[in-house]
Amino acid sequence: MIEIRNLTKRFAQHTAVDNLSFRVQQGEVLGFLGPNGAGKSTTMKMLTGFLAPTSGTASILGFDIQQDTLKAQRQIGYLPEGAPCYEDMTVRGFLEFIAAVRGYQGAEKRERVARAVAQLELEPVLGQSIETLSKGFKRRVGLAQAILHDPKVLILDEPTDGLDPNQKHQVRKLIQSLAHDKIVIISTHILEEVSAVCTRAVVIGQGRLLADGTPLELESRSRYHQAVTLVADQALDRQALAALPGVAGVEENAREHSLSVLAKPGEVILPQVNGLIAERGWKVSELNVERGRLDEVFRSLTRGEVV
Amino acid sequence: MTQLPIIFKRELASYFATPLAYVFIVIFLVLSGVFTFYLGGFFESGQANLAPFFNFHPWLYLFLVPAIAMRLWAEERKSGSIELLMTLPITRFEAVTGKFFAAWVFAGLALLLTFPMIITVNYLGEPDNGAIVTGYIGSWLLAGAYLAIGSCMSALAKNQVIAFILAVSVSFLFMVSGFPMVLDGFSGWAPQWLVDAVASLSFLTRFEAISKGVIDLRDLLYFLTLITAWLAATAVVIDLKKAD
Repeated sequence: MIEIRNLTKRFAQHTAVDNLSFRVQQGEVLGFLGPNGAGKSTTMKMLTGFLAPTSGTASILGFDIQQDTLKAQRQIGYLPEGAPCYEDMTVRGFLEFIAAVRGYQGAEKRERVARAVAQLELEPVLGQSIETLSKGFKRRVGLAQAILHDPKVLILDEPTDGLDPNQKHQVRKLIQSLAHDKIVIISTHILEEVSAVCTRAVVIGQGRLLADGTPLELESRSRYHQAVTLVADQALDRQALAALPGVAGVEENAREHSLSVLAKPGEVILPQVNGLIAERGWKVSELNVERGRLDEVFRSLTRGEVV
Repeated sequence: MTQLPIIFKRELASYFATPLAYVFIVIFLVLSGVFTFYLGGFFESGQANLAPFFNFHPWLYLFLVPAIAMRLWAEERKSGSIELLMTLPITRFEAVTGKFFAAWVFAGLALLLTFPMIITVNYLGEPDNGAIVTGYIGSWLLAGAYLAIGSCMSALAKNQVIAFILAVSVSFLFMVSGFPMVLDGFSGWAPQWLVDAVASLSFLTRFEAISKGVIDLRDLLYFLTLITAWLAATAVVIDLKKAD
C-alpha cells in the first residue's frame, strides 16, 4: 500500500503540492490527472525520494520515504518525466548498469535484462547507444529499466508521452499485464488513457485533490452522462424532446447534425426518448447513449467549477 | 558501500565512451612534456630528478583537471538523469564518491602515462626513485583536491562551461593563497595566525614538500581533509540544487 499523508511541497515562489492525502492499494492502477503545473510530477518526485516534502510524508509498502528512503526506493520502479537515461551508453550497457545497481549479478542479471528487453521488444537496438534512438525507443528503454527488478510499485510519469498510437497501445497493454499484483501510478493528461488502463482516477489542480474515483464514477459526473445523441435525416421536434420526463435540456451539435438530449442527474432517459421516436415515427439513423465525457469533467474540475 | 563500485565503473567507462578522454590524455602528455623540457629546463638543470616535471603540475592541473570534473554532475542535471540516479537505491555518499573516484582514477591513468619521464631520467642519470614515487603520489593527491573542488562546482552549475570556470577560479584561490603577493596583502593588518592559516591553505607549499620526496603526515592529511570537505559540500549542493 502507498499512503500519502498531508503531503506538501513549497518552492520559493509557489506551493506545488498542497496538503495532499490518499492511499493506493495493491492491484490498483491509479491515473494521476491534472493540467500542466498541477503538481503531478512534484508528487511523484516526492514519492520516489527525489525531493523532500516541505511537510507531511508518504510511505511505500510501510517504508517511510524520508526515514527508510533506500528500502522504499528498492520497492519502486520509476520512469521520470521525459525518460532521462545515460545517453552515451548502449541499451545493453545501461540496462546492465541498472540491474547491477538493483543488486543482480551473473546469470540472474543477464536473465533480468533479457526479460525486460523481451517485454519491451528492444532486441533490435540492444547494441546502439541511447542517444541515437528514436523517442519511442528511448521511452521503452526508460520503461525497461523501471520494470527490470519486477517492482511491487510502479510510478510512471507520462509513460506514453510522445509515442505513436501503436506504441501507446503496446505500453498500455504492458501496464495492464503487469498491474495485477502491483501498485501502478501513472500520471497523464491523456484522458483516453485513464479509461483504457486505470482502475481509479485522482484529479489534482494547483496541488490539491479535486476528485477521486473510478473512471466510470468520474464520467457519471459529466452533464453528458446518460445523454442520448440522435442523428436523423429530418428535423426533430426539440420542444417535445425537452418536455420528456427526466430530460435536462437539448443541445444541437451543428457539425454532426445531431441532437444531444441531456439527462437530469441520476435519471435514465433512453426509454422515454425511444418512446417519442416510435410515437412520432422519426427516421433516426443513429442513436447513442453516452457514458459521459471525461474531458468535460476534467475541464470543469480543474477550472474550479462545481460539477 | 556495495553500490559504489558500480557507480565508479559506469562513470569511468563513460569517460572513454567519447574521444574526449583520449584527447585529454594527449593534451596532458604533450603539455607536461613541453613544460618539463622547454619551460622547466630539464636538460639545462643537469640534475637527475623530476623537479622540472612536477613543478608545473599545479598550473597544468589548474586548467586540465576542471575539464575532467566539469561533467560529473552538470551533465546529470542537464540531461535529467540525476532524477534516475537519485531514485535508484543508492546513497548520496555512494553516488558522490563513486563519481569522484572514477574521475580521480582517470586522472591517475593520465599521470601514469607520463612514465617515459621516469625512464628518461633513469637513463640519463641516477635519480632518487623513491622521491619520484613520492612526487607522483603528491601529484595525484593534488589532482584529487582539484577534482573535489571541480565536483562541487559541477554540482553547483547546470552548464558545464560555467562549472569549468567556477572550478578554475576556486582552485586558483587555493593555489595562490601561499604566494607572497597574497600574504603581503594580509600581513599589514591581519594577526600572524591568520596569515599562517591562509598560507597553510595553499596547494603549492604542501605540494612542493611532497614533490621533493618529503612525506609529512600533515600534508597528506591536508589533501585528504580537503578532498573530504569538498565532497561533503558536493553532497549538500546536490541536495539543494538537484530539482532546479
